[in-house]
Amino acid sequence: MARLVILGAGVAGHTAASFAAKWLSETEDEVVVVTPNALWNWIPSNIWVGVGEMAKEEVTFDLAPVYEKAGAIYKQAKAVSINPEGSADTNKSFVTIEFTGQDKEGESENIEYDYLINATGPKLNFDATPGLGDGNGHLGEHTVSVCTADHAIHASHVLDETIEQMRKGERKKFLIGTGHGMCTCQGAAFEYIFNIEHKLKEEGVRDMADMTWISNESFLGDFGMGGLHFNMGGFVTSSKVFAESLYAERGMDWIIGAHVNKVEAGKVTYETLDGEIDEQEFDFAMLIPPFAGVGLKAYNKAGEDITDTVFAPNGFMKVDADYTAKPYEEWLPSDWPRTLQNPTYKNMFAVGIAFAPPHPISKPMKSPNGTPIIPTPPRTGMPSAMMGKAVVSSIVDMMKGKTTEPTHTSSMAEMGAACVASAGKGLFSGTAAAMTVFPIVPDFKKYPGTGRDINGTTGEIGLAAHWVKHLLHHAFIWKAKLKPGWTLIPE
Amino acid sequence: MAEINKESKHVKHVEPYSPQSGTMIPLGTQKFLRTCVLWQLIRFVAINIKMTILIVKSHH
Repeated sequence: MARLVILGAGVAGHTAASFAAKWLSETEDEVVVVTPNALWNWIPSNIWVGVGEMAKEEVTFDLAPVYEKAGAIYKQAKAVSINPEGSADTNKSFVTIEFTGQDKEGESENIEYDYLINATGPKLNFDATPGLGDGNGHLGEHTVSVCTADHAIHASHVLDETIEQMRKGERKKFLIGTGHGMCTCQGAAFEYIFNIEHKLKEEGVRDMADMTWISNESFLGDFGMGGLHFNMGGFVTSSKVFAESLYAERGMDWIIGAHVNKVEAGKVTYETLDGEIDEQEFDFAMLIPPFAGVGLKAYNKAGEDITDTVFAPNGFMKVDADYTAKPYEEWLPSDWPRTLQNPTYKNMFAVGIAFAPPHPISKPMKSPNGTPIIPTPPRTGMPSAMMGKAVVSSIVDMMKGKTTEPTHTSSMAEMGAACVASAGKGLFSGTAAAMTVFPIVPDFKKYPGTGRDINGTTGEIGLAAHWVKHLLHHAFIWKAKLKPGWTLIPE
Repeated sequence: MAEINKESKHVKHVEPYSPQSGTMIPLGTQKFLRTCVLWQLIRFVAINIKMTILIVKSHH
């Protein structure tokens, strides 16, 4: 009997766990899922929770019954450390976990594994920006967040209070975007500002709002991917024009190339790529925090700390990427990992946000003061799910003795991504932007000029994209609940 | 008082020489198509086809 342990049950981890449980169901092999959360959360729809259009129950569900049905062992616990060589007492690899639920809160356990998938996702590093966090790693008191369903509920309440004040004649300033120079996930903030704008229109108070976007992107529409180019109306059009048009149409201002370095009550201080230090006031602010690894440690058989061997300095797990430091001009698609296998310990893999990217996708930039202001690579959603499935396909082949090497690959330089950013939730009101990009990491040798396949990289705005967003919401929750036909819904 | 041009209502909020004046702003026809149910049904099918092709190309 072999055991696969999966750390994390987000999009990547849950996809991996679901397929592993299905493909290993006829064997004696075990699938163990370790996650500190009792609920699964379809994070893209947190945006709708954050404007009061959805309830938490519509974007979450209990994990325990789903894993019971799948035949996977579920441990509501957080991973603390990995011993890939075992310890003085055992030669088997194991992971140490600490329970957060199941009536075992605070208890520790060592779980031996034959294969390990690290899909822990990010630590929301609010404290990286003074005032954005509370000093204990949680969201601070001055801003709101939509990173979790509970954060989104809080955001919705604050938004409702703000709208109520606007109805009484008070003019309000909205500030939405990124809360640090090294953030990723601009797309979530992008979608949130358009949903807020739509809600303010529906509530009849849009004329009482000054709306500003603030971002670490060097240009609007960078999205952490160095931007993209669409085939629109017979022109190759930059996402810069596409994004600027959306803001301009709605009368929203933007501040770009900004590193927010301090958040206070009603005010942020930020540094821009041209070195200026400025301030922006707000009455309502949603600023995405930077991400970091969850702080897993690693130890060798002698008990020595080998965290630096297994993880990159930012806490993400090293995989088969080329981590050689080199200038932007020398970056290659082949720098990006394909099998997502740890180079030192071949029975460990990392997927989704948990793997360490070799470098950003956007061109790195610094302010004259030396402050790096660079969007970090997005690796959530569709790419996460594809990585989860590819890695577990390889592992199951190895567990079944078919091979000793990974059989499937999932490089961000060889895959595309689809993104739908809504503005409102109605089926016949509001519009959404639907974008596809192929590949995620540009390949300027294969696709000179834009780095991407012009026919596979598209963007359009309309109700149809709204319907796609609704379709994705229901389809992926159906799939995640492992309801009949779930394997037919693609990642 | 001068009569306001019909299509100018779509851009009347844009200040000359502001960042917003340097990009494209949709006019009436484009806005109509974005919410025209018949046209959007066609686009819905098109987007789904595009995404399906993308998914097929991305799995290795």
